[in-house]
Amino acid sequence: MRKLLLASTAAVLAAGAASAEEIKIGVILGFTGPLESITPAMGAGAELAMQEVTDSGMLLDGATVTSVRGDSTCIDAAAATAAAERLVTTDNVNAIMGADCSGVTGAILTNVAVPNGVVMISPSATSPGLSHTNNEDQGLFFRTAPSDARQGVVITDILMEKGITSAAVTYTNNDYGKGLADSFQSAFEAAGGTVTINAAHEDGKGDYSAEVGALASAGGDILVVAGYIDQGGSGVVRAALDTAAFDMFYFPDGMVGEALNTNFGAELNGSLGAYPGTDSPGAAKFQEMAAAAGIDGTSAFAPESYDAAALIMLAMQAAGSSASADLKDHVMAVANAPGEPIYPGELAKALELIKAGTDIDYVGASAVELIGPGESAGSYRQIEFIDGKYDTVNFR
Amino acid sequence: MDLVNALVALANFVLIPATAYGAQLALGALGVTLIYGILRFSNFAHGDTMALGTAFTILLTWGLQGLGISLGPLPTALLALPFAIALTGLVMLATDRSVYRFYRKKKAAPVILVIVSMGVMFVMNGITRFLIGVDEIRFADGERFLINARAFKEATGLEEGLALRSTQVLTVVTAVAVVALLFWFLNNTRTGKSMRAFSDNEDLALLSGINPERVVMYAWLIAGALATTAGVLYGLDKSFKAFTYFQLLLPIFASAIVGGLGSPLGAIAGGFLIAYSEVAFTYAFKKVLTYLLPDGMAPEGLVQLLSTDYKFAVSFAILIIVLLFKPTGLFKGKAV
Repeated sequence: MRKLLLASTAAVLAAGAASAEEIKIGVILGFTGPLESITPAMGAGAELAMQEVTDSGMLLDGATVTSVRGDSTCIDAAAATAAAERLVTTDNVNAIMGADCSGVTGAILTNVAVPNGVVMISPSATSPGLSHTNNEDQGLFFRTAPSDARQGVVITDILMEKGITSAAVTYTNNDYGKGLADSFQSAFEAAGGTVTINAAHEDGKGDYSAEVGALASAGGDILVVAGYIDQGGSGVVRAALDTAAFDMFYFPDGMVGEALNTNFGAELNGSLGAYPGTDSPGAAKFQEMAAAAGIDGTSAFAPESYDAAALIMLAMQAAGSSASADLKDHVMAVANAPGEPIYPGELAKALELIKAGTDIDYVGASAVELIGPGESAGSYRQIEFIDGKYDTVNFR
Repeated sequence: MDLVNALVALANFVLIPATAYGAQLALGALGVTLIYGILRFSNFAHGDTMALGTAFTILLTWGLQGLGISLGPLPTALLALPFAIALTGLVMLATDRSVYRFYRKKKAAPVILVIVSMGVMFVMNGITRFLIGVDEIRFADGERFLINARAFKEATGLEEGLALRSTQVLTVVTAVAVVALLFWFLNNTRTGKSMRAFSDNEDLALLSGINPERVVMYAWLIAGALATTAGVLYGLDKSFKAFTYFQLLLPIFASAIVGGLGSPLGAIAGGFLIAYSEVAFTYAFKKVLTYLLPDGMAPEGLVQLLSTDYKFAVSFAILIIVLLFKPTGLFKGKAV
């Protein structure tokens, strides 16, 4: 009986291998933890791309792509490493879409991806520390999210255009807040501006009047709030408005959301901000596809997740192999010009073009353009508060 | 040299917020000190009692708002407060019956009761989160400001704005009223006197026929009322979040101990001392000094003694200094 079972299993496996390859892509995101509200849409976005490719039957002569999910927890490096280890050694994934938060992404990269030679494309890790300019990642790491170093420059450009030369900065006391605040400070000071104070605030407190007191004393034309909208960031803004410490605020990506309109409204008139976003037609197309599949396509980093998964599969096609060692050299080529522009929903066409030997330029849902060591150049949607709510005024 | 602007800036960022915060701490510390005086243990569950009482108030406020009842310019929560106090009182009595009485009967050492109160704290914390969730809730309605900073700037032509929130005034007024009522109760009523007697000397009090269970019951009811009032005032003035009350426990205990555990007057003085120190030590005096000093002598740095991250360290430092040099506190309370 045992022999029979083994034989039949072997037969099934053999049959599967003969007809088409079965490719597995690991999806490592913080399905539990501080990002658990946005990761379902991110995972679904990535799986949408995999489904599209499987349905097309074009990848490597009819290979199917399945997703294997792992939980990065966003904050626990040990748990994230264990999850990635399982995906790579037990499930034998060909590449990894993930991880989400900068800290765990770095941990997985050094502990699992590099030793095992597995490609990782992160949709949302933005820490400048992950820009591997000296090939520490052995060319295995890419991200469809821009580095916060880029956001620091964007903020500086926006403020300088408005003629603002002195700014106070408050940041949420973690890797994201500190990284963004520091990259802004260096960019702003290089452009001739003055940062009057660069102080941390802790999330989850009831009262931020002491923090605002220090910020107000330092002064400045504008307050840059590098925090979270559902956390201390809003508390700081509330206290600053109440005491008239600042009239103008700048909101980076973590602070832009509908809650600003409902909680503060007209009090913020004249304030500025910017968050990742693009006016490329790909964004709208992705929204449609996502809506049709029952996913919230407007959720943060969902488009970037779709793009990360798509890039992995397109690079496989370009390499003619599903192995990380082969595909890693083709990611930049499929992502960037020259070539035929590819939008969401056109993955089948892209696979066909690659097979025919035509160059493609994957634009995708988030206008992907990989620069430097393989990270998104980043396009931002600049906003301004007019009549109690924010409106997009420009793209950068 | 610009004295008016300097004073306004100081009032706006130090004096007004610290006074309101001090009143909230004082009310909290009164509850802690009362339980310590009567039951002779440090009640760690006090912070979460405040959270639970506030949660009751918020739920009742929502109910009242749903019925279309409001207090005009005053927050509706004030109307809900008495009912919430009654509910919290019931919870306190139930906790005493089911938990503390068992240990009292066994004449357990105070340190055991402290640990028991920590258990109660965790349970209450869980109930509060279960009841109302973990999100930030703002339940202040009515008029937000007595003096609006922007309007003040325009009206006076000064460079500095002065904001006076109605909740800050409300906090101080309510605190004064509650403290006056408490002192009158302790000094002039039969129950109040028996509570003081019980606190001063338990054996003598028992000999003179004071019913200990009755005293304990009143102590819990008053502590519950004080906790709910303090919690609601803090929540109205800042915002409600189940977890922030737990963090308030440290400054509240510091206030009670600095003032002298068991001394109501000490709790009030301690509350204001801690609040003023926390705010003054972490305030950056650059702006005030720039107004005060002659031109050219304005400070370059922030003139900030401690970063605001170390706010709680101020409470700790004062606590240690007082315990080292005056273990009974400023107002001759009981030694810890």
